[in-house]
Amino acid sequence: MIFRSTAKLILFIIGLAPLTWLVTALTCDSIYGTMFMSVDPVQKLNRELGDWALIFLMVTLSVGPLSKILKRKNLIALRRMLGLLTYFYAVLHLTSYIIIDLQLDWHEFVKDVTKRNFIILGMTSVVLLTPLALTSNNISLKILGSKSWKKLHYLVYPAAIIAIIHFFMMIRADYHRPIMYASLLLALLIYRIWTIEIKNTKIISRFRSKI
Amino acid sequence: MIIRTPKSYDLKETSVTKEDIYFNRRKFLKSSLAAAASGFLGFCPSKNLQAEVQQLSYKTTKWGKTLKPSSFEAITSYNNFYEFGTDKSDPKKNSHLLKPKPWTIEVAGHVEKTGVFDFDELVEKKTLEERIYRMRCVEAWSMVIPWIGVPLNKIIKKLNPSSKAKFVGFTTLKDPTQMPMQNTNILDWPYVEGLRIDEAMNPLTLLAVGLYGKTMPNQNGAPIRLVVPWKYGFKGIKSIVKIEFLSHKPPSSWNIQAPQEYGFYSNVNPNRDHPRWSQKKERRITGQSGFAALFDDKIDTLLFNGYAEEVAHLYKDMDLIKFF
Repeated sequence: MIFRSTAKLILFIIGLAPLTWLVTALTCDSIYGTMFMSVDPVQKLNRELGDWALIFLMVTLSVGPLSKILKRKNLIALRRMLGLLTYFYAVLHLTSYIIIDLQLDWHEFVKDVTKRNFIILGMTSVVLLTPLALTSNNISLKILGSKSWKKLHYLVYPAAIIAIIHFFMMIRADYHRPIMYASLLLALLIYRIWTIEIKNTKIISRFRSKI
Repeated sequence: MIIRTPKSYDLKETSVTKEDIYFNRRKFLKSSLAAAASGFLGFCPSKNLQAEVQQLSYKTTKWGKTLKPSSFEAITSYNNFYEFGTDKSDPKKNSHLLKPKPWTIEVAGHVEKTGVFDFDELVEKKTLEERIYRMRCVEAWSMVIPWIGVPLNKIIKKLNPSSKAKFVGFTTLKDPTQMPMQNTNILDWPYVEGLRIDEAMNPLTLLAVGLYGKTMPNQNGAPIRLVVPWKYGFKGIKSIVKIEFLSHKPPSSWNIQAPQEYGFYSNVNPNRDHPRWSQKKERRITGQSGFAALFDDKIDTLLFNGYAEEVAHLYKDMDLIKFF
């Protein structure tokens, strides 16, 4: 129990480090004229927040398989916070786009959301993650029951696929980073399906032996 | 023999500076500082191996007298020059590999004077002038840049193209040892661009060889690049090695990459959105960093980037949405 809470505390601090760095960098740039956030901090900030949302999403999805491979079940205890950090950065990414990039120009916002596919996909991903973030607590787990709670949380996979397509679509020429994320997600999905297959065949063989 | 005990105020022989060093003390200081600095540079090669830029002499012009140029730091640290990397900070880090001197430019096609020209032959030092232009990137940000260069029409007149020349095509250097990203296939190398001959002859069109009064920094397209201020920035092809006079429309790199997104003309037009984003407004990159730049108001993008008076006649009766 102690391990879990200390680990969670450390994870929480690590999770907030990127945001702390971005704010510090902007502050340094403002006071000392440094260029940590380049001469175009609007774009830099938005890209960084999106990147961190994707990184935390990938780490969240890796926790399950990792805990099985490393045979460390207690890793699962960290998944909820990782998921919430993902949502935190995704929301900040969206917020920075609306407030800092669009400067609250709602007319442009409506146009973007109705016309521009990569923005539609990005928003869809955040929308899909919202019920997961809202139900990331024990009360919701109790109310929903573990089965339907689990079913609901499978939404993380379509959200991840859509987020990566969103990343692909905003690239002008160099696709190596979205390809990296896509490969990792593919590997995780294959692992998931593979382990489900094994479980199913076990169940089936058990069932057959009963007959 | 006099035996003398040195007084405390006596100077020792070793503390006397030799006469020649004393008289050349400034030079001595400079050279020792330079030696110390060059030793220090070894630890941070990426930033300081930048090719040296030299002062140019030029005449000033009326262009951009009322505009406030973006800082030298902004212009030279925030570049799209994919030959050196796709991040905007990459060109500054990696363009030290480019050797802009000596440099030759091939002239070919429907033109009287064909052949390979030395840089200094093509660009006469006494014809240099300063043009302060707005630069609008297709990515919806912009800068104001004090270019030094020669109007392209002066060079074209000298080369004397025939009446068959309806277009001008430009090609960037292709040499992966100098331009490392050319080892990848993110774009079709070498980078190519083109203009209609009347666009090339317009007095605004510039072959730039420098900025802020000095020779062109490598990351901005040394030693010679195109500047077409009423078009999106990517039309301004960098590090040019070939100019060709053609009877047909030449290919252009971004048009090959994504024809539905980047047209041949690529005139700045707030009414014609990029398929993925709006072109109505732009972020002016001034050189300010931090929160001030983060919350700076966007400005309205102008048709032909504010140069409509000079260039609108080139596109009379043309549907600018269709021919984007």
